[in-house]
Amino acid sequence: MEDRVKRLTELANELRVDILAMLVKSQSGHPGGSLSVIDVMTALYFEIAKIRKGDPNWVDRDRVVLSKGHVTPALFSVFAKLGFIEKKELMTFRQINSRLQGHPDKKCPGVEVATGSLGHGLSMANGMAIGLKMDGKPNRVFAILGDGEIQEGQVWEAAMAAAHYKLDNLIAVVDHNRLQIDGWVESVMTVSPVDEKFRAFGWEVLTIDGHDMNQILEAFEYALTIKNRPTVIVAHTVKGKGVSFMENQAKFHGTAPKMDEFKKALEEWNITNFDFSIFE
Amino acid sequence: MKKATRQAYGEALEKLGHKNSNVVVLDADLSGSTKTSIFKKSFPERFFNMGIAEANMVDTAAGLSQVGKIPFASTFSMFGAGRAFEQVRQSMAYQMANVKLVTTHGGISVGEDGGSHQSIEDIAIMRAIPNMTVIVPADATETEKVINVIAEYVGPVYVRCSRMDTDVLFDENYHFEIGKGNLLKDGDDITIIANGLMVEEALKAQQILSEKNISVAVINMACVKPIDKELVITYAKKTGAIITAEEHNYVGGLYGAVSEVVSKHYPVRMDYVAMEDQFGKSGKPEDLMRYFNLTADAIVKKAEALYSSKK
Repeated sequence: MEDRVKRLTELANELRVDILAMLVKSQSGHPGGSLSVIDVMTALYFEIAKIRKGDPNWVDRDRVVLSKGHVTPALFSVFAKLGFIEKKELMTFRQINSRLQGHPDKKCPGVEVATGSLGHGLSMANGMAIGLKMDGKPNRVFAILGDGEIQEGQVWEAAMAAAHYKLDNLIAVVDHNRLQIDGWVESVMTVSPVDEKFRAFGWEVLTIDGHDMNQILEAFEYALTIKNRPTVIVAHTVKGKGVSFMENQAKFHGTAPKMDEFKKALEEWNITNFDFSIFE
Repeated sequence: MKKATRQAYGEALEKLGHKNSNVVVLDADLSGSTKTSIFKKSFPERFFNMGIAEANMVDTAAGLSQVGKIPFASTFSMFGAGRAFEQVRQSMAYQMANVKLVTTHGGISVGEDGGSHQSIEDIAIMRAIPNMTVIVPADATETEKVINVIAEYVGPVYVRCSRMDTDVLFDENYHFEIGKGNLLKDGDDITIIANGLMVEEALKAQQILSEKNISVAVINMACVKPIDKELVITYAKKTGAIITAEEHNYVGGLYGAVSEVVSKHYPVRMDYVAMEDQFGKSGKPEDLMRYFNLTADAIVKKAEALYSSKK
């Protein structure tokens, strides 16, 4: 295995522990989608995007828009690792007076735009991409969307506009975990074929296994070479990925795990040295 | 001289484009009507037509603001405040984005297009959102001042302009400031607080009432939010009676804003000239203003009644 693939895979699994720890403490939030998207986000924040550790406001940074804003546990676990926030701050998630709001809020360093109400992120990413292009900046804008989210009509207004304005500095990812709050996406409201829809809107479309770090990196690196049109990476993922009893369970879209469930997950991961004092 | 506030907007925006290279303009297929086409002609590389997709337009503007641009997004008031309400709330107001949503064709003076296109609730909707600044300029002069002031102010702003040509009321010395009303006429018996097209009617009403020996103060409250509390309280105390006049539903607009100040700080008798919780309809703008009693005569009648009840 390529060194960086191994490193990023391990890092993503480390962040999975932080995600669940935050949720156990807050007893509120969204584990399923956080676990499905964390491999993509790890690749993006730690390898692909121009992001500088400890410097969330670096002027020459790439922009990442988390349009599926409910997966703040994934986002904040990344931010702690990047030194944008202190790791112990993760334990304040969703509590009163915390910078770590339920959904991304600009109070927290590293959050580019407030999201959470679904369907807004791609439009805002378009605006950033247009602005950066106007200024002749080489930076990219990345937008991470959910597959349930693309039921919002505005996503397709944005998809149309991104192609119209030839935003080749924009790369979107659809975290295609096939589940939304009310159940299977395809039974709630059919979104497939996701790839053909984007292709019809004028996008370059890549389809990958969103848990295969090698495929994730290859897709992003290929996307960086595309000219004259935006790229979407349709990442096939598993909701709740990495915890046997959470995988493919709609229940864990928005239900935080209990302490005994967290301990069970640690057992599955063969983690014996977890420091439970962080919960105090 | 007559000029529509939308025309003044388009011209002011074009001038602003020369002064500030960060100003960018977005429109949703109505640039000929909103007059952003004037900016487009001079600065095509800074103009973005977003098609008939107002929600996407407002969020795109919010994105542009995050990379240092000063976006002005325009469409009709109905679609800017109505169709894109949630985009204004989440992406402009909630994150204090530096976006200016300047809409035109506000109120019933849209005319022939009819009720579907006549926003009579936009001020109430925009005013209810925290962080928003809400402005309804009265004439072309004030509109130009407003555009320059909001370009300097960092934060989300909603401006409502009108379609119809109206008299230019103010000269170049007129001063506009966010959070400040303007006393146009002083008086002792009653205060008329108006904005938008109703300012001209308020001034006419003041003339008629003065001939009837009723001394009327007229305030132009273009900035509905934040409202000039001090000025409202001062004139509540001074005249003991207030009439508001607006081209908007009486629910939640200027009448609501003034009532909120008066009821808390210095309760006095109040009345309004506004839409009576009803939708507009097709017709010539002037005919509609008369039909819905948005006239100087309507203000005079209400003022006389209020004045006699005061005694």
